[in-house]
Amino acid sequence: MGIRFILMVNKQGQTRLAQYYEWLTLEERRALEGEIVRKCLARNEQQCSFVEHRNYKIVYRRYASLFFLVGVDNDENELAILEFIHLLVETMDRHFGNVCELDIMFHLEKAHFMLEEMVMNGCIVETSKSNILSPIQLMEKTS
Amino acid sequence: MGSQGGIGQSKEFLDLVKSIGEARSKAEEDRIVLGEIETLKRRLVEPGIPKRKMKEYIIRLVYIEMLGHDASFGYIHAVKMTHDDSLFLKRTGYLAVTLFLNEDHDLIILIVNTIQKDLKSDNFLIVCAALNAVCKLINEETIPAVLPQVVELLGHQKEAVRKKAIMALHRFHQKSPSSVSHLVSNFRKRLCDNDPGVMGATLCPLLDLVNRDVSSFKDLVVSFVSILKQVAEHRLPKTYDYHQLPAPFIQIRLLKILGLLGSGDKQASEQMYMVVGDIFRKCDSSSNIGNAVLYQCVCCVSSIHPNPKLLESAADVIARFLKSDSHNLKYLGIDALGRLIKLSPEIAEQHQLAVIDCLEDPDDTLKRKTFELLHKMTKSSNVEVIVDRMIDYMISINDNHYKTDIVSRCVELAEQFAPSNQWFIQTMNRVFEHAGDLVNIKVAHNLMHLIAEGFGEDDDTEYTHLRSSAVDSYLRIIGAPKLPSVFLQVICWVLGEYGTADGKYSASYITGKLCDVAEAYSNDETVKAYAVTALMKIYACEMAAGRTVDILPECQTLIEELSASHSTDLQQRAYELQAVIALDAQTVENILPSDASSKEIEIDKNLPFLNDHVERAIEKGAQPYIPESERSGFSSASYLNSQDLHEVPPSHGLRFEAYELPKQPSVPLTTPPVSIGSSNELIPVPEPTYNRGTQAAVSLPSSSNAGPAEVKLRLDGVQKRWGRPTYSSSSASTSAAASQDTINGVTPPDGATTVTPAISKGRETTYEPTRKTQQAVEISPEKQKLAASLFGGSSKQERKSSLGGGHKTAAKPTGGHAAEAPAKKMAAPVQQPPPPDLLDLGEMTVATTGPLIDPFKQLEGLLDSVELASSTKNHVDVSAAKGPDAMAFYGDSATTVEQGGHHFSSIDDVDNLVSGLSSATTDASSGGGIPTSQLTTQNSKGPNLKDALQKDALVRQMGVNPSSQNPNLFKDLLG
Repeated sequence: MGIRFILMVNKQGQTRLAQYYEWLTLEERRALEGEIVRKCLARNEQQCSFVEHRNYKIVYRRYASLFFLVGVDNDENELAILEFIHLLVETMDRHFGNVCELDIMFHLEKAHFMLEEMVMNGCIVETSKSNILSPIQLMEKTS
Repeated sequence: MGSQGGIGQSKEFLDLVKSIGEARSKAEEDRIVLGEIETLKRRLVEPGIPKRKMKEYIIRLVYIEMLGHDASFGYIHAVKMTHDDSLFLKRTGYLAVTLFLNEDHDLIILIVNTIQKDLKSDNFLIVCAALNAVCKLINEETIPAVLPQVVELLGHQKEAVRKKAIMALHRFHQKSPSSVSHLVSNFRKRLCDNDPGVMGATLCPLLDLVNRDVSSFKDLVVSFVSILKQVAEHRLPKTYDYHQLPAPFIQIRLLKILGLLGSGDKQASEQMYMVVGDIFRKCDSSSNIGNAVLYQCVCCVSSIHPNPKLLESAADVIARFLKSDSHNLKYLGIDALGRLIKLSPEIAEQHQLAVIDCLEDPDDTLKRKTFELLHKMTKSSNVEVIVDRMIDYMISINDNHYKTDIVSRCVELAEQFAPSNQWFIQTMNRVFEHAGDLVNIKVAHNLMHLIAEGFGEDDDTEYTHLRSSAVDSYLRIIGAPKLPSVFLQVICWVLGEYGTADGKYSASYITGKLCDVAEAYSNDETVKAYAVTALMKIYACEMAAGRTVDILPECQTLIEELSASHSTDLQQRAYELQAVIALDAQTVENILPSDASSKEIEIDKNLPFLNDHVERAIEKGAQPYIPESERSGFSSASYLNSQDLHEVPPSHGLRFEAYELPKQPSVPLTTPPVSIGSSNELIPVPEPTYNRGTQAAVSLPSSSNAGPAEVKLRLDGVQKRWGRPTYSSSSASTSAAASQDTINGVTPPDGATTVTPAISKGRETTYEPTRKTQQAVEISPEKQKLAASLFGGSSKQERKSSLGGGHKTAAKPTGGHAAEAPAKKMAAPVQQPPPPDLLDLGEMTVATTGPLIDPFKQLEGLLDSVELASSTKNHVDVSAAKGPDAMAFYGDSATTVEQGGHHFSSIDDVDNLVSGLSSATTDASSGGGIPTSQLTTQNSKGPNLKDALQKDALVRQMGVNPSSQNPNLFKDLLG
């Protein structure tokens, strides 16, 4: 299955985007997000960007005030996921131009659309930025 | 472009986002969201909401759920929005629905129809949106409703549609493999799609399929290899590049698939060697993504049929990872080492210090990974150190999930490799003491068994020494507060069996302790049961030895209390204890012989010793016994009566059931642990008793007047109920052990055989490192010791192979194989720093400083490879890719020597990536080649100023000011 969820959480532990690739109830999500964020926020920059939590492995990366957290299966290539996060940020950067936390908040649906292009069924399916962005640009043109 | 946030968005929405963004605490956020819920509930029922407005409401609902509150009141509006004609609104509707609903939600049925319609749309973007929804919302039952259309879309002219269609099919396969089993060929077909995106996506389902059934995809090895080769040769469009690496995510997935296909298949593996070797050589090892690919190569190499050259490259990569300053790379290095160690155990040797550093690192993730590695490399020579460390760590953490995991590892290793029983018992004591509740009860039984059985030593003194040391340690621990139940059971059992055995402790001392336990853990019936039984054994032992038993007043109280217990089991034990005390010494010794817990009990079901008795009874006119099978029913009341309160007849016929009810209170054993502990001493038919011919079948007073036939039956019942089920496991091993009693009766399977080499190796390791200490001053002696104890076991063999390795690499360049020369580039940085092998200093004259790198030698190696790269068939872009690579290497070696520790910062610094990148750019530009992606980032940064101004203007207009509470919101993520 690979990726189980993708979260964007800020330094205060507030969720900015959440996409799950397996069904969890609202309470489960809430609990999981709380636990994971607490774990990741407690770590420093020298420590490695991977944390084990229950049956997940969390790969996280921090950009300014925003943490990107990806929950993966145990047999996933952690470093590749770490770079996937960066690819996601680069893609958003290309679309929004100097992307910041507020961009994601104002355009939550677009951030989701990008993720929809990049990840399906928990697998990374598209990594070409132009392929990821073109449907969104087309959509913007028509609407 | 996108930063004109707010155009078309209402003030209300912007205010909401703003207030959420500025919320300082979870409580404040919750308050905002609760208010929002009220507002939306009101708004959504208003008539005639404009579509745009509605879309905004839907997004606000998404916010509510994302922040952890229920928004189900608005789901239906999201469902309605999927019907909208406008693409943007439709897609937002689908998005909201996929976020809100799981595939079994009632509302899904309303969407399936829309999805079907949209799949037929002329607008490919609508088809894509529907396919996204298919992946999230279709469950097993609704698959047939959309399957034909999805299959049709596999041939759609737009690659985006084909890609999503294949993923929808993948989803169906995940949900219900049988529903698409006839369509598997489609995955193969799409692998050859003209569009690399579709091909890349198809690898996802194929990875799953191969994982499930390797054999039916062997024919694809050639295709995968050729695809990987083309990808690695940069044949895919540039847009798939990531940090100059051609389609790394596709490469990684292909390597995963190849790893599966080549596992245990020499022929398939041979087809892969070439391409994997190429990637090893070409991959840029200065970037994260390059290392990710290299790591995947190592995984692949360790999974396929071994190839010495590839193993060497893999070892080089691992060495580089482990020597890196980046914790991420160290983590991967440890993981990769764990994979490769199965194939070439000797490579761990050269990394011993790195491994120990990781083990002692404060970073928990790294530590755990290292324990995983140690677990894999445990031998009888280093098990003590490793398990000790694991237990120390286990004690230090709170996370029960991981605690359980590590406890089971400890137990597994201890049982498998224990060098001595003494050690095993002590280790188990520590495990039980600190995590007894997380241990499987079987482990406790094993421990008791071991203490009872001993280790098959011929030497009786050692045997008794072990037991008395166990008793000693338990008496010391027993006072500790809050011991886990399982551990107390073990303690009680051991004290009961061996507490007074060596005469060191008096019976009253031990019984006093046992009473304390029973009192302190008065809610734990199992512990109390063990304690009472232990008391009984001690008294029996005293009586058999001819001493008078003086029962302590607290024991008396305990027994009285238990004989009135609600638990029938405890009650019975208490009565039995009282009955035993009332017997004479001879009988007691027969029914509870001391130290017989591990003696095998043989049961002669025919009970021949009773024949006389039976004949006499028949002569007196008693009814002869009719075998169970011949009896039609149990009308005989005497039979029932004779069952007493003690045993239930063996339950092998249906007929028994009706009679079981009234006797229910007498079913004594509820928990298996109890029965195991008690079985030994309660079974009233130990062989010796009857051999001596004593009439002691009547161990329990209550059964004393049962007729012969009944006695026979009941004894049978005893065996069935208690003896068999509880004893079966231990008696099996007992007999096995007994058969080779003199040589090897050890519970850990090959304990005896491993012990001897362990000792000799141990000696070797202890003095060898000391011989070398003078030279390896900079490494703390503590670490050295640890290294020696961890890795020392195989030192002899290791030295040979590492020497051989050295010669090989040294000889290679002189050998002058052109093809092999580039490999030297990989080997060079690894080879220079001498392996910090503590045991190997005699041969290697270089100091053991580890990461000291000779920059000149490294550069030499680099120049070689660059030259070669341009002179041989390689394309221009390949050598261009080498450019920055070389620069990075240069920078790397330079900094390590001069400033130390600044290298790779561009990649590792997560917080400020772009500044890192630009510094890399300056590096590269001084070398002549500016990497293209650098340029693109620069380009995208071009309209910076304009964007920023725009954003600022908007912000002012909306009243969201950067200088307000949370300026972080405005900080660029990338800079």
